[in-house]
Amino acid sequence: MSLLEVEDLAIHFGGVKAVDGVSFAVAPGEVFSIIGPNGAGKSTIFNLISRIYAPTRGTIRFNGRDITGLQAHQVAPLGIARTFQNIELFDHSTVLDNLLMGRHVHRSTNFIQDMLFLPAVRRAERAHRHRVEEVMEFLELEAYREKMIAGLPYGVRKVVEIGRALAVGPELILLDEPASGLSVEESQDVAFWIEDMRRDMGLTVLMVEHDMRLVSQVSDRVLAVANGKPLAQGTPSQVQADPGVQAAYLGTEVAQ
Amino acid sequence: MKVIFKTSYDRDIDLHKDGWARARIVALVAVMAALPFLVGEYYLAEATNTLIWALAGMGLMLLVGHSGQVSLGHAAFLAIGAYTDTALMNAGLPFVVTFPAAALAAGLFGALVAIPAVRMSGIYLAIATLALFVIVEEMIIIAEPITGGVGGIMAPAIQIAGIDFDRYGQLDRFYWLCLAVVVAVTWAYANLLRSPTGRSFLAVRDSEVSARALGINVTRTRALAFGLSCAMTGLAGALMGHYIAFFNYELFSIFISINLLLVVTIGGLGFIQGAFFGAILITAVPQAITILRGVARDSLGVDIGGMPGLDTMLFAMILIGFIIYEPTGLYGRWLKIKAWVELFPLARRDMFRRQKSYLKTERQK
Amino acid sequence: MDLIQLLVGGVATGCVYGLVALGFVLIYKATEGVNFAQGDMMMLGAFIALGLVNSDHLGLAFIPGVALAAVLMGGVGYGIDRFVVRQIFGQPQFALVILTIALGFVLRFIAGSIWGYSPLVLETPFAGRNLSMGGVNISLADIVTILVTALLTVALWGFFAYTRIGLAAQAASQNQMAAYIVGVPVRRINSIIWALSGMVATVAGVLYASKGAIDPNIGLLGIKAFAAAVIGGFGSLPGALLGGILIGVVEPLAARYLPGGFSQMSPYIIMLAVLVTRPNGLFAQMHAKKV
Ligand SMILES: Nc1ncnc2c1ncn2[C@@H]1O[C@H](COP(=O)(O)OP(=O)(O)OP(=O)(O)O)[C@@H](O)[C@H]1O
Ligand SMILES: [Mg+2]
Repeated sequence: MSLLEVEDLAIHFGGVKAVDGVSFAVAPGEVFSIIGPNGAGKSTIFNLISRIYAPTRGTIRFNGRDITGLQAHQVAPLGIARTFQNIELFDHSTVLDNLLMGRHVHRSTNFIQDMLFLPAVRRAERAHRHRVEEVMEFLELEAYREKMIAGLPYGVRKVVEIGRALAVGPELILLDEPASGLSVEESQDVAFWIEDMRRDMGLTVLMVEHDMRLVSQVSDRVLAVANGKPLAQGTPSQVQADPGVQAAYLGTEVAQ
Repeated sequence: MKVIFKTSYDRDIDLHKDGWARARIVALVAVMAALPFLVGEYYLAEATNTLIWALAGMGLMLLVGHSGQVSLGHAAFLAIGAYTDTALMNAGLPFVVTFPAAALAAGLFGALVAIPAVRMSGIYLAIATLALFVIVEEMIIIAEPITGGVGGIMAPAIQIAGIDFDRYGQLDRFYWLCLAVVVAVTWAYANLLRSPTGRSFLAVRDSEVSARALGINVTRTRALAFGLSCAMTGLAGALMGHYIAFFNYELFSIFISINLLLVVTIGGLGFIQGAFFGAILITAVPQAITILRGVARDSLGVDIGGMPGLDTMLFAMILIGFIIYEPTGLYGRWLKIKAWVELFPLARRDMFRRQKSYLKTERQK
Repeated sequence: MDLIQLLVGGVATGCVYGLVALGFVLIYKATEGVNFAQGDMMMLGAFIALGLVNSDHLGLAFIPGVALAAVLMGGVGYGIDRFVVRQIFGQPQFALVILTIALGFVLRFIAGSIWGYSPLVLETPFAGRNLSMGGVNISLADIVTILVTALLTVALWGFFAYTRIGLAAQAASQNQMAAYIVGVPVRRINSIIWALSGMVATVAGVLYASKGAIDPNIGLLGIKAFAAAVIGGFGSLPGALLGGILIGVVEPLAARYLPGGFSQMSPYIIMLAVLVTRPNGLFAQMHAKKV
């Protein structure tokens, strides 16, 4: 059975059909990538899955459950975490606190317990901290633990975004252009991390990415979209060879 | 390995970084507790006033500094606290009941109005709270049987377990009562900030969309922040009522709301300490002006007593100065001075230069 | 018959609210900032006009005096933006809220120091005169207020639709960043808009003063004007005016037909109702941030 099933998904902003009839299914443990030219609607698909936008049409199922009617904050507890293309971190908090905020879905205490800082709160904090330290070790973020996000270099922030999503402890992680703006070495790190997420953590990865090298290196399957419509789906090499996909990329290059 | 980790986590989880930091806080509280033996009646009354302002300031700090919501009408919640406490006491209930009831009434009312209000973005919320303030003010005037209307109302003397805490008869005890409340609230506030609740406030403040993606219910979180903020402010209002002893709706004017904003902004947004810095400033400036007036009259023969609004004007100028030159407030400045002293020979002039930020726009096109 | 008088008076008062609201909206549209000192700018404008026109002050003729006052207030608005508001360019919106509130206090203090805190009356050519038509007595001041507001609205519309600065300001209001990049002098335009809203505030102040005495605290009327702007959707010039008129009409009606206290609360109750049901106002559309 598929972990995530997207069926005939569409959203229109006024006249703009940002996503128009996209369907795909991601199997557990798979790395699935969505590619497409700028403005193709890739991020919008993510925003639809994380329920920031309500679709005009179509359904999204996760673990067999229809999540199309949920509210945005009800998605993470099911086991879906995400990163944002334009980095949406909590700028005035430390890296540690950002990752701890990722643990929100696992909180076990209420605000009254928190105010009194009962022993249960301390115990829970230790457990959260332990999990977050593991994530930091995995992404080699320890050196930045106490640093404010606002002062960090772009590359580090991108990694913190991934870290925060991992801290959620999800089944499915959505990565929106995890390598954009990164150096070649940093992109390579991202590739290794994605492999590790799948192999060691048993995660399923849904990724949007422009860097075709990274996409072919890590993806099992790829979906190409353009103008909100699906173009082709298959292995990375199949999709790259697809004449429609080539035309779409060429088209945008000519247009630019 | 595990064990080392655990102790180091606890150090981060603890309120104070080390024994030294804890000792300093204890010393500070001890000095505060000893104040009635150190200063006269007049300054003790001022200190009490400062504590009450700090309490109210913490209420607004939680809202503005830590959950990123602006309220221009927080005096309304001071009023709700004061009137609830006084009215219930007049109905014969003891202070130990009416005081928490004041927090509860202000907090519940705050959370209730917050639920529709939190859907509004920044500026609308600011305006809505302003409107709420006007409405509450009118309600107080209308509800004359409970509030004394325009004429005003007398706050009865406080008695706890047979001990008098009368503001006039037993000022030192009233001061200790205020101090105890402030210490307790500060402790709870600090606890909040090191726990999931506090982090969810910060998350909502800094990026709503991320907060949602992490499973934080933004509406509920904001309403909770609003409610807690109003509850703290309600406590301050109750104490303020007793401090003033006889008051009417004018005690909670729009200027009080503005002064509260001033406390948190000048004190330093986003720091509990800021509320205290701001409260000290706001109670000290009128004192300074009074002294200055005396000096000007006695030695220069100039009477600046005939300039009403001078203190408000001074506050306003200070506020403008801070917003332009030191947006992190007094506490931020203090942190910088501390850092500078610690690094002394190495400190550079441009160490704290502000980063140019892009014009942030909430519009999409 | 009374009712008509009440309504005309309400519309006239509403025009004053609407003009102050217009001042907010002008600045908000162009700079995304909210000027909480707009009410105090109105107050200062009224006092400057009074200082120029009243016979026991400078004693200029009414029209030139008011025009000069408007020009002076334009300068004040320009200066506030140029020397104060621009300093915090890029800081969060909240900073501007606090800053302008503080500026309001400063303006109030200035007016109080110069003209004192007791109410003064602006001498206008139409004070105390009434027109009676078919048994209905309507004050000339009300008529003038409504006419002037209508004229000013048309003039403002013309300014944005036809003049170079107006068009540039519109471009800037759509997207400051983009306008900046294509070479629109965004900062200067912001200052000009502030100047313009200072002038509008003066007109509002003079119209207000034509209906009664003024003192340095009349700026608090700004809160009502806020309600008007919010009801109108905050981004819409005609909306602000309509919101103002709505409030102006409802207030006296509430005073007449509802128990005491409701009249004062009515603008805010309407506003809260609008905010709850349509969080972005009656006339505006929702803009969500894109991620
Ligand atoms: N909230 C919105 N309102 C209006 N239009 C939107 C909104 N969000 C996205 N769009 C439009 O939908 C289209 C797809 O945008 P989207 O961000 O999904 O593209 P993308 O494939 O992620 O592109 P990129 O590679 O540049 O990130 C664009 O034309 C965009 O302008
Ligand atoms: Mg995108």
